[in-house]
Amino acid sequence: MTERILSTGNDAVARAAIYAGCKNYFGYPITPQSEIAHYMARELPKMGGCFLQSEGEYAAAYMLLGAALSGQRAFTSTSSPGVALMQEPLSMMITAEIPAVIVDTQRLGPGTGTGGQQGQTDYSFVTRGVYGGIHYPVLAPYSVSEIFELVQLAFHIADKYRVVTMVLTDFILGRMTEYMELKTFDFGPLPEKDWALKGKDRKGGRTDFLLTVTGMMLDIPGFFAHQQEKSNRIIDSETRYETYKAEDADFLIVGYGYAARASKRAVNMARDQGIKAGLFRPITLWPFPKEAMKREALKSGKVLVVEDSPGGLVEDVKLAVEGVSPVHFLGIQARHTASPEGLIFPERILQEVRELL
Amino acid sequence: MSQKTAITKKLICKRPTFRMLPLGFCSGCHYGIIYRLLDEVIEEMGIKGDAICIGGGGCSMIGAMAMDIDTFGGPHGPGTAIASALKRVSPNAFIFAVQGDGEQGAIGLGSFVATAARGENITVITMNNACYGMTGGQLAPTTLLGMVTPTTPEGREQVMSGYPMHGPELVAPLKGVAYAARGTVHTPANRQKSKKMLKTAFQKQQQQLGFGVFEFLSACPTNWKISPTDCIQFIEEKMLPEFPLGQFKNIERKE
Repeated sequence: MTERILSTGNDAVARAAIYAGCKNYFGYPITPQSEIAHYMARELPKMGGCFLQSEGEYAAAYMLLGAALSGQRAFTSTSSPGVALMQEPLSMMITAEIPAVIVDTQRLGPGTGTGGQQGQTDYSFVTRGVYGGIHYPVLAPYSVSEIFELVQLAFHIADKYRVVTMVLTDFILGRMTEYMELKTFDFGPLPEKDWALKGKDRKGGRTDFLLTVTGMMLDIPGFFAHQQEKSNRIIDSETRYETYKAEDADFLIVGYGYAARASKRAVNMARDQGIKAGLFRPITLWPFPKEAMKREALKSGKVLVVEDSPGGLVEDVKLAVEGVSPVHFLGIQARHTASPEGLIFPERILQEVRELL
Repeated sequence: MSQKTAITKKLICKRPTFRMLPLGFCSGCHYGIIYRLLDEVIEEMGIKGDAICIGGGGCSMIGAMAMDIDTFGGPHGPGTAIASALKRVSPNAFIFAVQGDGEQGAIGLGSFVATAARGENITVITMNNACYGMTGGQLAPTTLLGMVTPTTPEGREQVMSGYPMHGPELVAPLKGVAYAARGTVHTPANRQKSKKMLKTAFQKQQQQLGFGVFEFLSACPTNWKISPTDCIQFIEEKMLPEFPLGQFKNIERKE
């Protein structure tokens, strides 16, 4: 029987990594996700793993790269400004095809941001890939149990495609407590990591040279063709989304993360009032479920994007919908209070739905 | 009657194996000599099968590509952070990072010092040519006072850019550091001395004594804009007074 426990979202991240067989963690403290590091610092040494607190996020991501070079699973977690500092190492890892997992527990706003409050302002920043024109998968859970599953899936996707995979959560998801089942998910077979750096004696005399210098590659179009082919495989096989009461909906709410929770509640409240509302929730933000989004939008006729930001997801939705139905937006202006602890409540979403009907 | 001298074939020095040759360094550059030394030492110590090189971004990386060992290269500056983690998750491998003086003293300085302070059981090889070789010879932390570079057109002035930095001496006082030394390859005698110190630096990792750093002084005729022979004289007369050779730290056992 699988064990059912109460866990915070941040602890679920740490537990999921361990259940996925990852014993290596590198990170630098930043609110609201430092609990992940606390968990790892406590548990990894007991199982012979490696916990290392770095001299900054830039170094943490390079340590992640260093550990992943060995072929072992490794991960780091951080929050918005930390992801910015990790951009270069992420791009290096994707270029040299070194698989690793990064968790971004979003904080609110640009600059230093507010670590102690919720926000969803990283969407555009993390879904457009790294510098150099290369994308990486971004998974967006909306509950503690889904965090537990998607972090494990992230390790699988990373190893399967030799790519960096991100799990995007937020303050609310990281700090909330829910029930979840402790188990290891089996997502299928994975290729052998024959590229890993172990020393030639451990590889039958073969040596590998993993290079991030695009300028020294002899076939530039070939390099990008390979990356594009990989992206296409990820788009074809890994695109995920979920709908809720969308079958007969004539009003579709779109959201991810904590906004999807509020939106789901709003759908139920609307249904109670006789309004046929439904929810479309992208689970992979890149690749974005474009075709499903367009199909559902066409079916419902009206779309409202809810996200706690000035607008990020709404752009992807508009691109996907291609004008087949109007796309409305309920963003950070809809918070219940102007102070940093403001939230978009289901009541506010319902009010917007009623006004748009 | 003159006595005939018998000609004997005796192997004095084995040529180390490289993955690819030529190395592609500019004429008169000392990096090729340094990489050959690295490879000789690795082969003599019998650690070629365990060795993994973390190359940087810059001229120093060109040689890393050529060594017939597992290698990662490209990022400019964070080699010590990468090597730290790789060593921790694969403690039986022999891990060394190769860095230019700009990588180590400027963009990667934070990680260099932090890695030394943690006493990571890795070896760092620094190649100090007093400039940024690959990008056109700009001011590096190690550029000598008065030296003309594209970003110090009137010569490095202390008021503008401070004084030259000394990597090994900087970290030597840290408790995590087992070995810190500097050598040069501009004369045959110095080449042999450097080889000995390089070997000692590597042995510290084998003995798990902590962080080791060994800095090579190197000529950069292309960016110094003088002939390779003048470079030798420049090292002798200008670099040696600023960058003393020898060991700044050499611990035999852990405290």
